[in-house]
Amino acid sequence: MSASALTVVVVYPDLLGTYGDGGNGVVLARRAAWRGIGAELVESASDRPLPAGHLYCLGGGEDGPQVQAAESLAADGALARAVGSGAAVLAVCAGYQIAGRRFPDAGGRARPGLGLLDVATSKAAGRRAVGEVVAEPLDGGPAPGPLPTLTGFENHGGVTMVGPGARPLARVTAGVGNGAGDRTEGAWAGRVVGTYLHGPVLARNPALADLLLSWAVGSALEPLDDAEERALRTERLAAAGRRGLTRFARRRARA
Amino acid sequence: MSLTLRTRAALLVTRAVNAVSRRLRLGGGTVIGGRAGLAVDPHLLEHAVAGRPLALVSGTNGKTTTTRLLAEALGAAVVTNATGSNMPAGHAAALAEGDPAAPVVLEVDEGYLPALVGALGPRAVVLLNLSRDQLDRTNEVRMLAGRWRRSLAGADGTVVVANADDPLVAFGAQEAPRVVWVAAGLGWRLDAVGCPACGGRIEFDDGWRCRCGFRRPEPTVRVEDRPDATTEAVFSDGRRLPVDLAIPGRFNRANAVMAAAAAEAMGVPAARALAAMATVGEVAGRFTTRTLDGVEARLMLAKNPAGWGELLGLLCPGTTPVVVSINARVADGRDPSWLWDVPFEALRGRPVVAAGERCLDLSVRLRYAEVDHETVRNPVAALAAAATDGGRVEFVGNYTAFHDLLARR
Repeated sequence: MSASALTVVVVYPDLLGTYGDGGNGVVLARRAAWRGIGAELVESASDRPLPAGHLYCLGGGEDGPQVQAAESLAADGALARAVGSGAAVLAVCAGYQIAGRRFPDAGGRARPGLGLLDVATSKAAGRRAVGEVVAEPLDGGPAPGPLPTLTGFENHGGVTMVGPGARPLARVTAGVGNGAGDRTEGAWAGRVVGTYLHGPVLARNPALADLLLSWAVGSALEPLDDAEERALRTERLAAAGRRGLTRFARRRARA
Repeated sequence: MSLTLRTRAALLVTRAVNAVSRRLRLGGGTVIGGRAGLAVDPHLLEHAVAGRPLALVSGTNGKTTTTRLLAEALGAAVVTNATGSNMPAGHAAALAEGDPAAPVVLEVDEGYLPALVGALGPRAVVLLNLSRDQLDRTNEVRMLAGRWRRSLAGADGTVVVANADDPLVAFGAQEAPRVVWVAAGLGWRLDAVGCPACGGRIEFDDGWRCRCGFRRPEPTVRVEDRPDATTEAVFSDGRRLPVDLAIPGRFNRANAVMAAAAAEAMGVPAARALAAMATVGEVAGRFTTRTLDGVEARLMLAKNPAGWGELLGLLCPGTTPVVVSINARVADGRDPSWLWDVPFEALRGRPVVAAGERCLDLSVRLRYAEVDHETVRNPVAALAAAATDGGRVEFVGNYTAFHDLLARR
């Protein structure tokens, strides 16, 4: 491991970075550095071995690159080893799907995932889920206290079932999320967190970023001045709320 | 040329509705009339271009500029959709105006290209590049490249001018009967690493290749940067032509070489085409200077990471203030996550103001890029906030943010 106190690895930005998800790594590294914790950000391309690290970020990707990323990560083995020795993982969208037990390829055929999370994804029958998401974190979640409301943007065609070895992260109040009929979004187990939210998710939910950092550092963190993040969150939550209300009003009008 | 009564009526309706729309200031007057015309004659485009030399220009970035350069190369009478209205309604509007026998150059939205290639039988198709853009809409650039490929495979009579340096474009053009490959360059590679042919990994060296055998086609035209900062188009037949434009940017010189290759397919020698392009001073307002509320601003457009990668190098060096304005309307893509793919760190040390309807997304991005900034939602007020001592301000907007500011008087 490097001399820095903390190594943040962005996994395969060349295959899993379609939705600006590399930003999650930047958010983690900066929030550590701003607290005086030396952090190294490693963007690890898919043509070299995945380095050892404390925090791994997987992002969204297209169908073909997603399959390739899953195969390369399985062959490489470093991510599973790191999780086994306590590293934290944030897996977003396509990354969330491949962290699970299985996911569909472009033709809808099931492909093996990495099994870091007990979730299984199949192809959604209907349209892709595209749009703003608001989700309320569930009680007894990964954080010692309650996490604030989650906000993000989703764009996926998967239905993700959360198995008994993992727990859903939140309940959707706007948007689709896991799409399995139980209105849940994301999943977590141990120090692995999966979600469909981008934006990127940690920029819009700094409390989630700090949860991951606190796992990696092993202690609670002093607060930062997140005025700009708060302003962004307020605006996005209000925007999603307006859309939700409009839909609600239309349904009422039809009823 | 003879048009059916129905097509004539459709063209008349297109013109009339657009004229009314412009008179009532309802909009730019291209889309609504085009829709009306297409309702009268669904085959309006086929009928209106029948027998005329036609070139289509598509790709993620550079469409509007390349269309303009090619139109300039083909001469004064050419009919084109210069406003960037690049879907069939905009095409109908363009065809309803101007000389009904003149050559036609149309900018085409990437998703509409396959249908238009099949329906219109163009003489030339220019394929510039493919990368992430409007994340919520065209979420799969590989799928798009596959659709291009299927439509161009049977395009007899079409010369495809394709960027050999972009693997997705190469995949789209590879099966076409006649291709002129241009080594036009590729700044943004992150969407091209997954091989569109086999799903494997593409390696970039002086060209690019995949282990499946899919590799960069041998270019017949190269864009060569000279040590004295000039650019030449180098043809495989030995011609070396200077590319000397009034508009800035290496990417625009590459666009000009693509346009010159297309001009040759349309019967205009490249040397004459490039000479004509040299006179283009402004394309759809890009890089123009305006004074807004007393602040002089140079207006620039960048709407995705690839475009931003090119543009950052063109900003005035030093500490000239920069206003960045970001919207996320349907035409921009409703998901501005791509802001995190832009290396805004390059703006450190300048006065920067975040503006536009999604200024708060941008302000958070700039915070993590450690770029000192202010946040002022109104773009004109942002210009005033950025200006120091009456100096000029660099304004960069994404699609609707740029066009909104351009429309202000």
